[in-house]
Amino acid sequence: MSSDFLYGIEVIINGLMAGVLYALVALGFVLIFKASGIFNYAQGVMALFAALTLVGIMEGDVPFSYLINAIFGTEIYNFGWTVPVLLAIALTLVVMVIFAWAVQQFVFRHLVGQEPIILFMATIGLAYFLEGVGDLMWGSDIKTLALGLPQGGSRWVEDMTVGLGGDDFYGFFIDKLDMVATVVAIVLVAGLILFAQYTKQGRAMRAVADDHQAALSVGISLNFIWVLVWSLAGLVALVAGVMWGAKSGVQFSLSLIALKALPVLMLGGFTSIPGAIVGGLIIGVGEKLFEFLIGPMVGGATENWFAYVLALLFLVFRPQGLFGEKIIERV
Amino acid sequence: MKDMLTPYVTEDGRQIGEVLMDMHNITLRFGGVEAIKDISFNIQEGEIRAIIGPNGAGKSSMLNVISGFYNPQEGEVWFRGAKRPPMKPYQVARLGIARTFQNIALFEGMSVLDNVMTGRLNHMDASLFSQALWRGRAEREETENREAVEKVIDFLEIQAIRKTPVGRLPYGLKKRVELARALAAEPKLLLLDEPMAGMNVEEKEDMSRFILDVNDEFGTTIALIEHDMGVVMDLSDRVIVMDYGRKIGDGTPDEVRNNQEVIDAYLGVSHD
Repeated sequence: MSSDFLYGIEVIINGLMAGVLYALVALGFVLIFKASGIFNYAQGVMALFAALTLVGIMEGDVPFSYLINAIFGTEIYNFGWTVPVLLAIALTLVVMVIFAWAVQQFVFRHLVGQEPIILFMATIGLAYFLEGVGDLMWGSDIKTLALGLPQGGSRWVEDMTVGLGGDDFYGFFIDKLDMVATVVAIVLVAGLILFAQYTKQGRAMRAVADDHQAALSVGISLNFIWVLVWSLAGLVALVAGVMWGAKSGVQFSLSLIALKALPVLMLGGFTSIPGAIVGGLIIGVGEKLFEFLIGPMVGGATENWFAYVLALLFLVFRPQGLFGEKIIERV
Repeated sequence: MKDMLTPYVTEDGRQIGEVLMDMHNITLRFGGVEAIKDISFNIQEGEIRAIIGPNGAGKSSMLNVISGFYNPQEGEVWFRGAKRPPMKPYQVARLGIARTFQNIALFEGMSVLDNVMTGRLNHMDASLFSQALWRGRAEREETENREAVEKVIDFLEIQAIRKTPVGRLPYGLKKRVELARALAAEPKLLLLDEPMAGMNVEEKEDMSRFILDVNDEFGTTIALIEHDMGVVMDLSDRVIVMDYGRKIGDGTPDEVRNNQEVIDAYLGVSHD
């Protein structure tokens, strides 16, 4: 096999793994949008906030320490203990559930029946609010997420594949962290699908996504379901935040991963979970392949814009996305 | 006139029980408009109770008061011998009051089976943990609920379409699926908002038969709104007639038919 072909395959594999992460972020949007029609601009900031909280809890930082110190003149920053990873993740989840409850209780409960644009504006406000709270709670310095996840390229994969090509082929370079992220994302997505299909709460969630009035008439509390979907979106945000945070540190730019989810949603449709997954994979593979094949001809750095141009094309020719519900205007 | 507050036996020999739902002096306003003006009536166990009246009489509003979609400004709602505080619709549903809608509210993206299954949500108490392990309570409940749902599907003769997404069904069948979902909840009181609206004669006959069978077989108490006078008179044990938000008649179909005020309302004598 020619080494160019093999490198092409490597690019596709890496693209798929990047795509899984895009899909994960997009999934958070879809969950909330389906159940409540809210486009949650704050999804990216939720990922940042979740990652910040996880680091803070693990390192035993005192939340709001700067605020406390400023008011009381104290000098406390750290409890002086460290929390094991799993416990810290569980505690972070609790924080995300409380956040979900608070969002419903203090914001969206009062906006039921409002125009989509108003709900959207509310999530923009929420994004800035949460960003501020995150800084205030845990400080704004860049943090490293030391979960003990493997880093760097996998030697094993390299050794296994080095024999496939000629002398100028050195084996597939596959990032270990990407592999872990892919597995975790697959487990999470499978779990979410099982939950939605086979549990009482999942059924209720699908019912609410379909018709609010009918859901009420069979005894489903909309409020409960909305807290539930925001909690699930919080869980998805935590996983996305951890995976991206482990790669490039936990800092403000983490919240920008939400922007990468937008083209995914344009492709997959805002209301489809399979759409989010397939859309994510297409964007991931597409941008890596494009960079590999066309990039050299146009001077590279195509990854920055490829996804958005693709989304633009979809907006023009197929605005409901690949899997979204068809927009039919009945007259 | 019969004493309606005590149990009685209908002409076709069905035993009607105690008062199940009792509405005391209900008044419902939307801003300055009074949709319902000081109406009292009751529904007894095992009855088929109809609410009729011209368009805009406040029939649907009344049904919405019973099912908790509206809370009246004045009056008391008594259910199963206890006064019901103002409630959300989902809480009312959990008390055992199921309903259908005038403009069909189904889960269009789900299959018929899934739709009917949502009617069982209030009969599921297993914890999420137990559901995840698929052991004990969760497993038992799922089997029970499946059986109950299949019984309803058989009863309403919709086996053939059980896997079909509801969005693809014709109107008449959608109405029937909606009834199936309400019935799956095993309600103590079943509210039907124009169950025969927009149907052809054959579909109306089918629906009438189902309503009578449901009442007969499961002993379900039914309150319904209907425009078709012929259907109403055939189906119901007692009829409430509304006009401009007021109650202008209440009694057996025969009593109502001969009530002068009711005749006027339907023939359109001017209000002044």
